[in-house]
Amino acid sequence: MDALLTPAFGTVVWSTIAFLVVLFLLRKMAWGPILTALKEREESIATALNEADKARSEMSALQADNERLLQEARAERDGMLREAREMADKLVADAKRKAKEEAAREAESAREAIATERKAAVAELKSEVAKLSVSIAEQLIRAELADAGKQEALVSKLIDESPLK
Amino acid sequence: MNMRISNLFLASLVAFWSPVLAEEPHADHHEHEEAEAFNPSNFIIHHIADAHEIHLWGHTHIPLPVILYSEEHGLDVFMSSAFEGHGETRLAERPSGVTYALSHGHISVHDPSHDHGHDHDHGDHDHTGPHLYDLSITKSIFGMLLMMALMLVLFSGMARSYTKRPGQAPTGLTNAVEPLVLFIRDEVAVPNIGAHKADKFLPFLMTVFFFIFFANLLGLVPFIGGFNVTGTLGITMVMAAMVFAITAFNGNKHYWGHLFWPPGVPLFVMPIIIPIEIVGMFLKPIVLMIRLTANISAGHIIILSFVSLVLIFGQGGEALAAGYGIGIFSTAFMIFMYCLELLVAFLQAFVFTLLAAIYFGEATHEAHH
Repeated sequence: MDALLTPAFGTVVWSTIAFLVVLFLLRKMAWGPILTALKEREESIATALNEADKARSEMSALQADNERLLQEARAERDGMLREAREMADKLVADAKRKAKEEAAREAESAREAIATERKAAVAELKSEVAKLSVSIAEQLIRAELADAGKQEALVSKLIDESPLK
Repeated sequence: MNMRISNLFLASLVAFWSPVLAEEPHADHHEHEEAEAFNPSNFIIHHIADAHEIHLWGHTHIPLPVILYSEEHGLDVFMSSAFEGHGETRLAERPSGVTYALSHGHISVHDPSHDHGHDHDHGDHDHTGPHLYDLSITKSIFGMLLMMALMLVLFSGMARSYTKRPGQAPTGLTNAVEPLVLFIRDEVAVPNIGAHKADKFLPFLMTVFFFIFFANLLGLVPFIGGFNVTGTLGITMVMAAMVFAITAFNGNKHYWGHLFWPPGVPLFVMPIIIPIEIVGMFLKPIVLMIRLTANISAGHIIILSFVSLVLIFGQGGEALAAGYGIGIFSTAFMIFMYCLELLVAFLQAFVFTLLAAIYFGEATHEAHH
């Protein structure tokens, strides 16, 4: 029991020396490098995580930017398409309108021409009929007017029957 | 026939502890006629106490260097195998003419003129001879040096692996030890001392933790002589003394102020408080020392007690049934104790380190309430 409860002189001496030497050596050779390495690694991990975080937020910002650009482009495209369609519609409408006007004008001029033609034709016909009537009348008159009475009756009859008014 | 089997059975039960079992009965054989009178307390103390050789089995010992110094005979270095005989007192005759006597782990200068009888009533060594300084490399010191060598190899290798692969994840053994290093730093040192001041104390805390942990584990390795490094009072005393010294040297004004003039205490209580504080200052490391020694020794004592139970009941095959019953019971309990001791090995290392860190933290704590 004595041996258990009394610290032995030799034990104290050796363990003091050994402990101090080992503490010194480990501090120099092991704990220093290990603790700095651990600290450096932790710091590098922390910075890496931070950077990853930053990159992620940048990425999301970029993505939002892209999205916005895309939206704008889409809107622009839509606008352009709409404009083009409108223009095309307008062009077609214009063309249609012009064609209609042209057609109308053509029809008008045709109608005018027809009317003029008709007038001319009527005038010509009138003069022809007049000439013909005159010649018929002349011949009739010549034949009829061999007798004076007959002449008079004929003239009046002819005048009455004349379709020309 | 029956007895043979029972003896075989008991022998196999305790085979695990054969190194610790073998000695006492043999020693007794040579000493006394009543060889069967097994003395468990001697048996246990013998294996707990420090020794000058490593006892493997039977009469097989690993001798250790004995280093003695006395003013009369000067320095004397020899191996412990020089001590001859198997009795309680073994003698070593040196060429210089001095004879040393080794009795119960204690070496003294042998005086042949003296009565031989006093060797038996141990605990009553009369120190009539010249005072001897025993600087031998005893079993515990050998175990301590062994573990320190292991630590140097392990941790310098670990440091090399860190510098070789900077910033990368640890591999192999480093990977196994790193959680412990981080545990001491992040759970023990930093919360109690503070992140900035912890760096200063970390080498000591790490060294103490791993030394206690490894030495505790060494004590649990069977067949190598049953080391009891951290159950050796001298070794724990040195560590506790270092904790005390570091606390005292690093104590700031705030710490000493609290110690010698506790603030907020009525004047008439001061004569009581101040002595208590001062005693407490010394008591803390003393408790550290006793706690570790007692815990580790107690674990060994319990396991050895169960071994002793088997031996007591198995003696001469007198109580066979009891021997069987106790054998089974003891083995089961030894297994349980072994598991518990593995836990205690870690726990005591942790507790010692944690309390040291708390004391350092108290000593360096800045005054801002």
